[in-house]
Amino acid sequence: MTEQDATGITGAQSLIQSLEQAGAEHIFGIPGGAILPAYDPLMDSTRIRHILVRHEQGAGHAAQGYASATGKVGVCMATSGPGATNLVTPLADAHMDSVPLVAVTGQVGASMIGTDAFQEADIRGITMPITKHNFLVTDADDIPRTVAEAFHIASTGRPGPVLVDVAKSALQAQTTFAWPTELSLPGYRPVTRPHSKQIREAAKLILESRRPVLYVGGGTIRANASRELAALAELTGMPVVTTLMARGAFPDSHPQHLGMPGMHGTVAAVAGLQRSDLIISLGARFDDRVTGNLDSFAPNARVIHADIDPAEIGKNRHADVPIVGDCREVISDLTVALQAEADAGHTGDYEAWVDFLAGVKKKYPLGYDDTDDSLAPQYVMERLGALVGPEAIYVAGVGQHQMWAAHFVGYEHPRTWINSGGLGTMGFSVPAAMGAQVGRPDATVWSIDGDGCFQMTNQELATCAIEGIPIKVAVVNNESLGMVRQWQTLFYNERYSNTDLHSKRIPDFVKLAEAYGCVGLSCDSPSDVDATISKAMEINDVPVVVDFRVHRDAMVWPMVAAGTSNDDIKYARGLAPQFDEDDL
Amino acid sequence: MSKHTLSVLVENKPGVLARIAGLFSRRGFNIDSLAVGPTEHPEVSRMTIVVNVEESPLEQVTKQLNKLVEVIKIVELDGAASVNRELMLVKIKADAEARGQVLDAVQLFKARVVDVAPDAVTVEITGNAGKLADFLRVVEPFGIRELVQSGMVAVSRGSRSISERPVRPVPVPPPAAAG
Repeated sequence: MTEQDATGITGAQSLIQSLEQAGAEHIFGIPGGAILPAYDPLMDSTRIRHILVRHEQGAGHAAQGYASATGKVGVCMATSGPGATNLVTPLADAHMDSVPLVAVTGQVGASMIGTDAFQEADIRGITMPITKHNFLVTDADDIPRTVAEAFHIASTGRPGPVLVDVAKSALQAQTTFAWPTELSLPGYRPVTRPHSKQIREAAKLILESRRPVLYVGGGTIRANASRELAALAELTGMPVVTTLMARGAFPDSHPQHLGMPGMHGTVAAVAGLQRSDLIISLGARFDDRVTGNLDSFAPNARVIHADIDPAEIGKNRHADVPIVGDCREVISDLTVALQAEADAGHTGDYEAWVDFLAGVKKKYPLGYDDTDDSLAPQYVMERLGALVGPEAIYVAGVGQHQMWAAHFVGYEHPRTWINSGGLGTMGFSVPAAMGAQVGRPDATVWSIDGDGCFQMTNQELATCAIEGIPIKVAVVNNESLGMVRQWQTLFYNERYSNTDLHSKRIPDFVKLAEAYGCVGLSCDSPSDVDATISKAMEINDVPVVVDFRVHRDAMVWPMVAAGTSNDDIKYARGLAPQFDEDDL
Repeated sequence: MSKHTLSVLVENKPGVLARIAGLFSRRGFNIDSLAVGPTEHPEVSRMTIVVNVEESPLEQVTKQLNKLVEVIKIVELDGAASVNRELMLVKIKADAEARGQVLDAVQLFKARVVDVAPDAVTVEITGNAGKLADFLRVVEPFGIRELVQSGMVAVSRGSRSISERPVRPVPVPPPAAAG
C-alpha cells in the first residue's frame, strides 16, 4: 500500500470497502447523524446498491427476506439511537429463525459514549441476547477485520444476525484499509462434519424401527439440503413432515409427505410424529408449537437429533442419538450408510406404518367449509398456489393467513416460503417480500399478509414503488386480528376484546395502494378470485396490492390447543380424528 | 440441585462479562460465585463460575456458554480433583481486651492480620468455603464490622493445563456466492 493510500482513507470509506469485500451487493437502510459519514462513500460505490426504506424495521426484515430467498447474507444499515432500536425486532426475528444478517449501525462519537448524548443508545448491550454476536468499533483500524468477522459469523455454523456498531469518530478518523486474510476467532469453531459413529448408530436405529418419521426443520433449508433429503426419503420410504420453517424443503406433492406438524399441523403429520417409534430430527428444534405438551409428545419414539447447534440437541427432548453437524452432510452421510446396508440386503420394514399414515392422510385431508357466496380465505390461498405456481416466492406475515398460506398454497422448492416462525413478528411480510424480490429479481414474489399485519409495515410499498421492486401483496382481509379472534372464539366465550380492526371500511386498501404508486385491486367473491389473481400477475412494472375481502369467521384447523397434548388434536371445531388402532 | 464449578476461558475483550452474566440471567440460572482474572496468556481471561443446578440444565448452561463467540473453552472441575480457594477480608471488633483471643483464632486458621486499629483488626484469610465459614463462626461473637469475599478460583490437580492447546486462526472465505 502506498503512503498516499495509507493516509488517504477515512473509516467510513474503509467500512464501505469492507462491505464490498465481504460480498454485500444490496444494503437496506436509512441514514442519520451518526452513520452519515458512511453514506457519503456509499453514494460512490459501484458494487453496492443501497435501498432507502421508510422505517428501519423494514430495512431489517428486507435484509431477512433477501437472505432467506438467496442464502446470502442480508445487510441493513441504520443510525444510532432510534435507528438502531428500530432494528431490534428484525434482529430478534433473525436470531430465532437463524437468518444470516449483518446490521451496521452508527454510534455516537467514542468520547460521547456513556454520556446520554443525542441519539445515543447502547445498542450493543440491547442486542446481546438477540444476536449471534455483536461488535462495537471505536478504532477505525478495526473496521475491516470486524466486518470480515461479522460476515463469517453470520453465515457459518448456525446462521444468525450480527450487529456492527461503529462510532462516528471511527468513521471520521483516518485509517488504512487492509482486508484480513485470516480471522482469529478462538472461541468460534462450528462443527459441520458429523461423527461417523453417530451416523452408524442412527442408521442402525432407522433399520430397527417400524414407525420412523423424518422431522424436517428450517435447518434443512439453511443448509441447502433439499436434494439430499429427497434422496434419503426415497431410499428408505420413510414418511416426512416439514415444519413451518421447512415448508418447501420437501415437495408437498410427494406421496411420502404428510405435511406440516404442530399446533395447526395436518392430522397425518401430527399423528405421524405422535405415534412414531423413531423421530429423525433434521435441523429442527422441538419447538413448543410442534410438540404441544412435551410430556405427552411422541411418547414411544426414540430420537435421532441432528443439528449444527449442539445447544439444540436435548434442549427440549432427550436425544437417543445426538448428531452435531451440517444438515446436508448429516443427510448425505446417512444416505450413504443406509445405501450400504441396502446393498447388503438390510432395509427397514415400514409398510404397515406407511399404509396407516396414508390412510390417515386420505381420511383427514386439509379442508375447510365452503361458504355460500362469501369468500373463504383458504380458497384464495388455493387459487393463488394453483395460478401462480410453485416457482414463485411466497412471504407471509403472522397469524391465520400465515397458517392458511403454509397449508394451502403448495410448495415444491426450498426458499419459496418465507415467514417469521420463531418470533412471530406481525408486519414481517411486506418488507421481507421486498427483500426477497431484490434478491431474486426474476422471481414472482407474493406477500401474503393479514389486514392487521399489513397495517404495521405497509409504508415499504413506497420503497417498492420508487425503487422498482414489483412485489404483489395479497391482503387476506377479515377485518380483524384473526388469530387472536379465533382464540377468543374458542377460549374466551366469543368475547371479542379489541380484535375488530374494521379494515373493510378503514383504510381503503385500494386507495392506499394507489396513494403509494401501486396498483390496487379488490375481490370479495369466489367467482372473481381467478380473474383478480390473473390481473395482478399481468402487472410487472409496479407493485400490486389485492384486498381479498374474506369472511371473518373462518378458523385455522386442525388445531391442538396451547399446552395440551398432540393426541387431542381437533380436525375441526369439536371434531377429533378417530384412528383405527388395529391398522398399526 | 448441586454445585458445579466451571472454568471458562474467554477472550479478554470488553463486554465479555456482560454477555456471560446476561446469558445466565435470561436462561434462568443462578450464579453462586464468579471470579474473573488474567491468565498466562494476555489475550485470554479465565472465569471460575460456581452454579447450583441439576445435571441436565448444567449441560444446557455449558452448551449455551459455548455458543458465545468469545468463550474459548469450558471445563467442569471435579471438587476432589481440583484445588479451590476463596479470599476473604474481614474487619473484626477487637479492643485491647478481646484482641488476644481474636489473634489466637487468626493463628489457628493460618490467617493473617493486614490492618490494626485501636478497636478492630482486619484479617485476610484464604481457603475453601468450609474453612472460611468455620473461621467466621469462631470470630462472629467478637463482632464483625465489615466483610468482603472473593468468588472462588479453582485449578485442577496434576500437570495438565486447560489452556495449553493453541487455537488456529480461520482463513477468510471469498465473498459468498448464492447458496
